[in-house]
Amino acid sequence: MSTVTVDTHAHEHVEHAHTGSFLSTYVFSRDHKIIGIQFLFSTLLWFFIGGLLALGVRWQLAYPWAEMPILGKLLFSEYGGQIAPETYTMLFTMHATVMIFLVIIPILAGAFGNFLIPLMIGAEDMAFPTLNMMSYWFMWPAFLAFGASFFVEGGPGAGWTSYPPLSLTMTPQALWLIGLTSVGVASMMGSVNYLTTIIQMRAPGMSMFRLPMTIWAMFITAILQAFALPVLTAAGFMQLADLTLGTGFFLPEGWTANNAARASGGGQPLLWQHLFWFYSHPAVYIMILPAMGMVSDIIACFARKPLFGYKPMVYSIAGIAGLGFIVWGHHMFVSGMNPVLGMTFMVATMFIALPSAIKVFNWLGTIWGAKIQFTTPMLFAMSFVSMFIIGGLSGIFMAATPVDIFIHDTYFIVAHFHYVLFAGTAMAVFGAIYFWFPKMFGRMMNDNWGKLHFMLTFIFLNCVFYPMHILGVVGFPRRLADPYHYETFRHLLPLNQFITICAILMVGTQIIFIVNFFYSIFFGPPAGRNPWHANTLEWQAPSPPGHGNFDFQPVIYRGPYEYGSPEVDTDYYPQTQPPPQKDTPQSPSGH
Amino acid sequence: MKRFWALLFLMVPVFGVLTFVVAPYFNHWFPKDISEHGRVIDQLFMFILWLTGIIFVATEGALCYFAWKYDSRTNPEPAKFSHGSHTLEVVWTILPAVTLLFIAIYQMNAWADAKMRRPNIPVTAEITGRQFNWDVRYPGPDGKLHSRDDIVRVDGDIHFPSGEEVLLIIKSADVLHSFFLPNLRMKQDVVPGMEQYMWFKARDTGRYDIVCAELCGWGHYKMKGRATFEPRSEFDAWLKEKIADQKTRTVPANETEEE
Ligand code: HEM
Ligand SMILES: [Cu+2]
Ligand SMILES: [Cu+2]
Repeated sequence: MSTVTVDTHAHEHVEHAHTGSFLSTYVFSRDHKIIGIQFLFSTLLWFFIGGLLALGVRWQLAYPWAEMPILGKLLFSEYGGQIAPETYTMLFTMHATVMIFLVIIPILAGAFGNFLIPLMIGAEDMAFPTLNMMSYWFMWPAFLAFGASFFVEGGPGAGWTSYPPLSLTMTPQALWLIGLTSVGVASMMGSVNYLTTIIQMRAPGMSMFRLPMTIWAMFITAILQAFALPVLTAAGFMQLADLTLGTGFFLPEGWTANNAARASGGGQPLLWQHLFWFYSHPAVYIMILPAMGMVSDIIACFARKPLFGYKPMVYSIAGIAGLGFIVWGHHMFVSGMNPVLGMTFMVATMFIALPSAIKVFNWLGTIWGAKIQFTTPMLFAMSFVSMFIIGGLSGIFMAATPVDIFIHDTYFIVAHFHYVLFAGTAMAVFGAIYFWFPKMFGRMMNDNWGKLHFMLTFIFLNCVFYPMHILGVVGFPRRLADPYHYETFRHLLPLNQFITICAILMVGTQIIFIVNFFYSIFFGPPAGRNPWHANTLEWQAPSPPGHGNFDFQPVIYRGPYEYGSPEVDTDYYPQTQPPPQKDTPQSPSGH
Repeated sequence: MKRFWALLFLMVPVFGVLTFVVAPYFNHWFPKDISEHGRVIDQLFMFILWLTGIIFVATEGALCYFAWKYDSRTNPEPAKFSHGSHTLEVVWTILPAVTLLFIAIYQMNAWADAKMRRPNIPVTAEITGRQFNWDVRYPGPDGKLHSRDDIVRVDGDIHFPSGEEVLLIIKSADVLHSFFLPNLRMKQDVVPGMEQYMWFKARDTGRYDIVCAELCGWGHYKMKGRATFEPRSEFDAWLKEKIADQKTRTVPANETEEE
């Protein structure tokens, strides 16, 4: 890895420990860039594992109880190579768990938040570097606990939502809950750090309304985490206590399972759902706001035009975050929650679609009248907009309570959240990797292979997830190992086989990305400081930036989106470039 | 292929709309609706489908039009140096806000009918979800639940009278389940420790699936019941037959259908 270059401090700053040993530089590093890259590699590895788990689920839905070729013999030999029903529940439970808690949340905040925040605001590192290091290392108990849970009694099988009382009948759930709370602790440490850093450590001239959208999004995400996570952590410990100490927070009086009575009781299963969604609805925004921020930066850069409606964009992120705290009940419309409450949550949920719509219109406004450069990151960013429209609109169907009675827990929901999370966030993450790769590793990724990767992923993902809306309209339930013994759903087998084949091809396509990624780390053409001619601050630092980030003291003169400004001849106008009337610029920014 | 990417993005609205147009012709659409109130739900779905469909086509269309028109390789004009438009922001905030408010208010009545306005009639049956079966208990001749003459069935074969309002009590014996009748557009989770009501009026007869729609363990997929809707006279005859049946054998408390 060529992440840390020789230190080139052009100005003095607080010296961090420069022991230089391999362990302190690359493993127990307190440098935000190394920590970010550690997050990136760990989460990409889990992304791959999560993808394979999904293929297991898809295999069963297309060829129920059929012997899985090659892999089946290795993995499920005791069932003659077929997926047993309890294995199936483990597969979808762990697919979602891995993707949400070990991939999407840590890749956005952990990898990109860490790498980008100090660079984009002109700081030399995070406010609390040691805390930052710990936020990565607290992911390891989660990696180990979730990883180990696969091997205990066939693995957790209560879904990623872990609804009691079912979850309380399963031993592996203890490991699952320990994993969950460690992720929570790690994110909490990260969010405290991000908030302090963004508030305290901005370079001179970097006012809040000169921050790039990525930073605004990370900032508001950190606030969401800081307020919502304690609830999940508490709920996690309560469920752990129910499971191991015999308390009864989530169990009603006189509850029995498998003919064994529990002495405790007096609790309520719905309480868990309230606490869980009080965190997990804000968490779905934790899983998309940073992506929206990064997409805004990428689109403005390759539109060569200022971001349309910067302030409305900021306010709508804040609006999504605020409303995000009062809509959790839309996951519980048919849970047994008071229907009057359901109506209240329905109104709030309708209105959360509003800031989402405003964002879409402003992205479209940004590419209107632009000079679009169709680079790989731009294609991924534009596809984010295109796909988020679908995911946002399908949200309205489910927000309509009477319709949700029918489509709740069907594949319509599965389509909805894969459009926002895979077609949205994951595609934005790919775009962000292609975009910031030069800054992370000092080299470019191959653009042609990148475009092929984009095109195939884009086509296959739509073939996989779009037909799921149709399955949902038929009422096809999620989480069923064999839906076809219901007469209502028998005729849906061919469509499911089509989906599975496309899913296999989509996962296969990612080989292009993996090869391009690793090849470019070592052999990609050197990038230089600002290969995309972008305005934001990180592009004025060396690629990759050394310890302490900047080899000059950045001073900020303007907002991040002055592309095509008439004030200068170039079609970009870096935030650090002094205005022309200030006679000869000292040209601190070497580009 | 200069316009390739614009055309690729155009495929989204084209295939997006096409899928929803052809799906009904391949019977990939709502299962047959045999209930009184289901029509309202289907109509609401169709209303939202049209509305979101229009927005979908308009926004995706704009995206691919801009990708077509403002390609830096083909468009000689310089980029418009614009930071936004106050008027536009106001317009595209107010319009969706009003639309969303309308949808919100428009649907309230259907929700209240389905979940809040419980009819004031005697309970037809009590249904209990247990891993992995739906049990049913009918009040029997005395019309009271949990009395000596109750009719209890644990084989997942549940009958309802059609053409009249039916009121059910639904509950769970162990974990969460969800009582889902696709053909009546009805779904309600059952929660241990809670008793809930469900009501509907079937306007057709026949045998349909009862689906468990909430994960309840490894056997969730096989928690299948069968609902038979029949005219009152047939329903009463069926009940009589079951009473006679029950007199000759005692119902085991924990019998499950298939294992
Ligand atoms: C336009 C705004 C949105 C609306 C109106 C909306 C509405 C809803 C509703 C009503 C549900 C519950 C459906 C049900 O269980 O019956 C739901 C589920 C879900 N939504 Fe959204 N949503 C929106 C945006 C998003 C975004 C941006 C994300 C993620 C980035 C997201 C992720 C999810 C997930 C993961 C679930 C399913 C959780 C589960 O049951 O496993 N949604 N959404
Ligand atoms: Cu939600
Ligand atoms: Cu079930």
